[in-house]
Amino acid sequence: MSAADHAGDGFEAFRSSSQMLMRQSGWLGSAQRLYAVARKELFHVLRDPAMLFFTIFIPIVEMFLLGFAIDTNVRRIRTVVFDLARTQESRRLLDQFKNTDIFLLKEEVFSDEELKSAIVSGQARIGIKIPEDYSRQILSGNTAQVLILVDGSESSIAGTAVNVSNAVALRASLEHLLQDRPMPVDSRPQVLFNPDTRSANFFIPGLMVVVCQMMAVTLSATAIVREKENGTIEQLFMTPVRSGELIIGKLIPYMVVTTVEFIIVTILMRIVFQVPIHGFYLTLLAIFMPFLLTMLGIGLWISTQTNTRDAAQQIAIGTVIPSIFLSGYVFPLDSMPIFFWYVAQIVPTTWMIDASRGVILRGASWAELGSHSLVLWSMAIVILTLASARFQKHL
Amino acid sequence: MTLTPTPSTRNAPSPSGSGVVIDIRQASVRFGSFTAVDRVSLTVGPGEVFGLLGPNGSGKTTLIRALCGLISFAEGEAFVFGRDVRTDAERIRGRIGYMSQKFSLYQDLTARENMDFYAGIYGLPPALAQQRKHELIQLTGLEPYLDRQAGKLSGGWKQRLAMVCALIHSPRLVFLDEPTAGVDPVARRDLWDLLFRLAAEGITLFVTTHYMDEAERCARVGYIYLGEMLALGTPHELKQMEGVTPPGSRWLEISGIESASLFTQMKERPGVHEATLFGLSIHALVDAQASLRDLGLDDPRLTVIETEPTLEDVFVSLSKAQDRKLQLATSPQGGGA
Repeated sequence: MSAADHAGDGFEAFRSSSQMLMRQSGWLGSAQRLYAVARKELFHVLRDPAMLFFTIFIPIVEMFLLGFAIDTNVRRIRTVVFDLARTQESRRLLDQFKNTDIFLLKEEVFSDEELKSAIVSGQARIGIKIPEDYSRQILSGNTAQVLILVDGSESSIAGTAVNVSNAVALRASLEHLLQDRPMPVDSRPQVLFNPDTRSANFFIPGLMVVVCQMMAVTLSATAIVREKENGTIEQLFMTPVRSGELIIGKLIPYMVVTTVEFIIVTILMRIVFQVPIHGFYLTLLAIFMPFLLTMLGIGLWISTQTNTRDAAQQIAIGTVIPSIFLSGYVFPLDSMPIFFWYVAQIVPTTWMIDASRGVILRGASWAELGSHSLVLWSMAIVILTLASARFQKHL
Repeated sequence: MTLTPTPSTRNAPSPSGSGVVIDIRQASVRFGSFTAVDRVSLTVGPGEVFGLLGPNGSGKTTLIRALCGLISFAEGEAFVFGRDVRTDAERIRGRIGYMSQKFSLYQDLTARENMDFYAGIYGLPPALAQQRKHELIQLTGLEPYLDRQAGKLSGGWKQRLAMVCALIHSPRLVFLDEPTAGVDPVARRDLWDLLFRLAAEGITLFVTTHYMDEAERCARVGYIYLGEMLALGTPHELKQMEGVTPPGSRWLEISGIESASLFTQMKERPGVHEATLFGLSIHALVDAQASLRDLGLDDPRLTVIETEPTLEDVFVSLSKAQDRKLQLATSPQGGGA
C-alpha cells in the first residue's frame, strides 16, 4: 500500500503539513496550553449536572435554611407557672417576666409534681414557682423567694434564663425599695453594626465563606483524581504540557465558578435577607482571592493523595469540618480554651470569616484588614507550593 | 547473559546516526527489587512498523513509559530522535504520539472538543490546528460524529478519535499500546490499514499487541518475556530461530478430515512433539524421521504439507525455554550444580 493510492483523500495535505509543522514556544505556547486545559476543565464542570447541583444549589438551600430558620437569639422560652400566692404582687412579677419577651408564659400548673413533669417531659424549659407567702414577706420587709427551675439541657437557653430572671428579680427588688424615686444607674446598651441583633446578619457573612470553601475544595479535589480514575492522566503526561500549566489551567475555571458563587450568595444576602453591606465590597473580594487559592490548593493536595473521586470528596468534606467549628463561624472564638484559640488562628477560614464580617457588618476597610490579606496570601503560597511539589509529571 | 544469540544481534539492521528513531542500549527499569525491564537493547528506524509482543506484565507498557520519560531507566541509555530520554523528555514528548490500551479520551467532551484540547496542549497555531483537524477527519471519516460526546461513540469510532488526538501534532513516532484490545475485527483491520498509510509517510510506529496476526504484519518484532527481550527480528527471521524447530524435527500442516478426533489421536503418538488445532487443520511438530504411517497420517483423504512454525510457535517455545532456564537458576540443585 503506498501513499499515492490515497492521494485524493487528504493524505497529500497530511504530508505537506507534517513538514511545515511549527509549534508555538515560549510564553505564547505556555498560554495556549493553559487555555486548552482551562477550557477543557470548564467543560467538565458544566457537563456534570450532579456536581453543579451540589456546588451551586445546595449552598443556596443551606443559606435559606440558616437565614430563615435559625435564630440564635433566645426568645419566647416556654415557661410554666405555679403561683401559690395569687396576689397583686405575684401577678406583677409574672408580668415583668412576660415583658422581657424571653419567657413565654404558657400555662399554669397546680402542684410541684406538675411543675417538675412539665420540664422533664420537655413541655416547658422554665418553671416559676411563687410561694404562698410571697406578698406577705415583701410587705413585712423580708426576702421573698421565687423558685426558677431551669432546664439545663440546652445551655444557651439555661444561661439566658438564669441571667434574665436574676435581672427581673433585681429590678423588682429595686422598684420596691425605691418606690417612686428614679433608678440610680441605668444601663443603655447600644449594639453596634447589628442593632436588632439579627442572626442572619451574624450567620450569613460567615456562611458565604464556608459555602465557597466547600465548593472550592471539592471542585479542585476532583481535578487530578478524575483524570487518574479515567486513565486520561497517562495520556496527558505523554504530552509536553508542564505541571504548572496543568495546575493553573485546572484552577482557573474553579476560581471563576467559585467567585461567581460568592457574588450570587452576596446578592441573595443583600436582597433576600436584607443584610446591609457597610464596607466596600471589592475589599472583601480582594481578600477572598488568596482565601480561594488556599482552598483550591488544599483540594489539589487532596487530589494528589487519593486515587478515587469518592475518597477525595470525603477528605474534602473532612477538611471543612474544623473550619466550621474552629473558625468562629458558629462558636465565638473568644470563649474557646486558649489551645483551641491558637489552633483557630491557623485555620484560613477564621481569617476570612472575620474579614467578611468586618467588611459587611463593621464597615472595615483595607487598613483594618491588611493583616488578614497578608496571612491568607502566605497560606495560599505555602499550600499551593506544597500541592504542586506533590504533583509531578512522573508515574 | 547466557541466552542463545537471537537474530537481533546477528541480523538486525543497524540504522546508524541520524537514521535511528529509537535507540535503547542495555536499559533496565526497576520498581524496588523487581526488574520490570531487564537490559533491553533495541533500535527502530524511520518508517518502521515495530511490534512488541509479550504476555501481560512482561514489561511492554513499562518500556513505552520509560521511553517517554515517565519512568526513569535504572541503567543503560535510551535515545529518541537522537535525544537522551533522561534529559530531554519534554522535547521528545512534543514530537511523539501516544495511544494507550485504555480508551483515555475525555468521555464528557465531544469528539471535536477532544481534538481541540490536544491541539492546544501540543501548542499548534490555530490555523495549523484547523488544517490538521480537517486532514485527520478526512482520513478517519469522523466527520458525522464530531459533535457527539466521546463516551457515546462506539468502540471503533472511539479508537479513531484517539488516533486523531494522538496524531494531531504530526508526530514522527507513534507509540500504540495494545491499540486493538477489545476492538471488533473490522475496526481492527481499518486501524492497521491506517497504520500502514502512516508508515508509508515515514512515520515510525511502535505497537504492542497480543494478536499474532498483527505481529505478522509488523516489519520487525520483539518478544519480551518477564522483562527480557528474548527475540528480535523480522517475523521470518524469528521462525528460523534455532530451538523453535529442534534438530531432527519438522512442522506439518494436516487437513482434509474431521480434525478434532484426529487431533486427540495424534497427541498420543510418540513421534508428535506438539500439536495445535486451527479450525479444520492441525499444526504439529513431529520427528523428521517418523513416516506418515508412524504418525497415523496415512489416510488418503488427508493433505499433509510441510510448513514453517508460526510466530505463536516461536513465542511459546521461547517462553518455555526461558521458564526452564529460570527454574534451573532458582532451584537449589540447579544453583549448586
